[in-house]
Amino acid sequence: MRRSGLLLPLVLFGVLALVPGLRAAGVPLGGFWPLLLERVIVFAIAAMSLDLILGIGGLVSFGHAAPLAIGAYTVAILNEANVTEAALVVPCAMVAAGVFALLTGAVALRTRGINFIMITLAFAQMVFFAVSSLADYGGEDGYTLFSRTRVLGHDWLGANNFYVSALVVLFGVWLLLRMISLSRFGRALAACRQNRVRVRALGLDPFAIELVAMVIAAMICAVAGVLMANEAEFVSPAYGGWQRSGDLMVMVILGGIGSLHGAILGAFVVVLAEEGLGRLTQHWPLIYGPGLILAVLYLRGGLAGIGVRRG
Amino acid sequence: MLVLDHVQGGYGETRVLFDVSLSVGAGEVVALLGRNGMGKTTTVRTIMGLQPRQGGRISLDGGDLLGVAPFHIARRGIGLVPEGRQVFPTLSVEENLVATARPGVWDVASIKALFPRLAERRRHLGRQLSGGEQQMLAIGRALATNPRLLILDEATEGLAPLIRAEIWACLGRLKASGMAILVIDKNLDAILRLADRCVVLEKGVTVWAGTALELGAAPEVRERYLHI
Repeated sequence: MRRSGLLLPLVLFGVLALVPGLRAAGVPLGGFWPLLLERVIVFAIAAMSLDLILGIGGLVSFGHAAPLAIGAYTVAILNEANVTEAALVVPCAMVAAGVFALLTGAVALRTRGINFIMITLAFAQMVFFAVSSLADYGGEDGYTLFSRTRVLGHDWLGANNFYVSALVVLFGVWLLLRMISLSRFGRALAACRQNRVRVRALGLDPFAIELVAMVIAAMICAVAGVLMANEAEFVSPAYGGWQRSGDLMVMVILGGIGSLHGAILGAFVVVLAEEGLGRLTQHWPLIYGPGLILAVLYLRGGLAGIGVRRG
Repeated sequence: MLVLDHVQGGYGETRVLFDVSLSVGAGEVVALLGRNGMGKTTTVRTIMGLQPRQGGRISLDGGDLLGVAPFHIARRGIGLVPEGRQVFPTLSVEENLVATARPGVWDVASIKALFPRLAERRRHLGRQLSGGEQQMLAIGRALATNPRLLILDEATEGLAPLIRAEIWACLGRLKASGMAILVIDKNLDAILRLADRCVVLEKGVTVWAGTALELGAAPEVRERYLHI
């Protein structure tokens, strides 16, 4: 599906860029859609990073909410210490998530299949319970930021500028992951998904390749965590819960596994289902669930694969 | 270059190799022969470290390979073309060649020159190729790692005669270029034309070793161990 070209991703970015464009033109958009799309963008960054290891690497991680929570809690912890500069917050979040992925990945990658899923889930739950017990940061109730993160002194993550900044990050992440997936490393990662033994026999270490991919994915996801904390001006242990990991997987699979830009479509549908269907009826999972089943059964390439001839 | 000295090995508690000895010198083509189930593929897997060795010694350029990770064994200069080809199905031809490539004389361009069919099909996915093309890709992929020794496990099995001839011709060119080759195949006529030396396995034991000329002149060996 990497072969599906650039048209759909560029259309998606174009649609997302309409919001600030229309705003600048003075068109009244109301509060719902821009806020919903902000959440879509942030989740799309997290889901896209998961797509690197899940879609391209075939590593079914059920713990990708952990780096999201690590990123978000880095914002909270530094906020409490009066540090709100992105030049410090973002590298700290990325390093923390990267180290977490390096250590947990080194253990998890010794297993395959269901064991890998369970170990990644277990590590993420450890993060969930760890941040739940941080009494200084609200414990289970979460923590309200007293100030959004500033970027080199600018208010680029403030309520008025957040959308554009997040969209720029999403575009940068998409470009980076696309370059990685088309690089020799990306091809080797895909080869690991298809036949680890063969890769090993050809002189590459699948363990090292997959571990590096997990670290890259976690570091990118931590950036999404930083953005998520700023978007809500609040962090909560729920960011690292297993339901969140599940949501990210649904976004990737529904959007089109391995396509990268499918994560944007997947994030849109999941966030819209939560927010939109939730407003229609409290029984929204009864609509969402069957829809998900039908999508998985009949949209083999996910939403990004509709109308794309599969090779 | 590669020396197997009284090697024993198998799968778990099931021993398949009892006493395998063979050697491949630089630029030499050695054929590993034997009927089905005699341990040829297990020998290859044991050389590559994909199967635990239970005894004996396997050395490459004098250094024992015991405990060396399979990817390090490959990096020391062994390129394996596995039985059943096993190309990466959803990578394109070029991606298959590039994914595990290492720098050297063999690059995508020189491999395409060796197999013009791969050049024609460069954008096709591995799974979209015919059996013969997949086999060419598997050989090309191993060459892209720039090995000094190429191991081919049943490289022509199940292929059309014309494709088979093309692959044997290619192996002849590789031999002429000085590549050391360990080849496993059932096509004895082609083997005898290509190989310098032959080693025959019977129930995991090296039962005969000699030059291709000697095997050609020993019908009793062929009849007894190869049923030809």
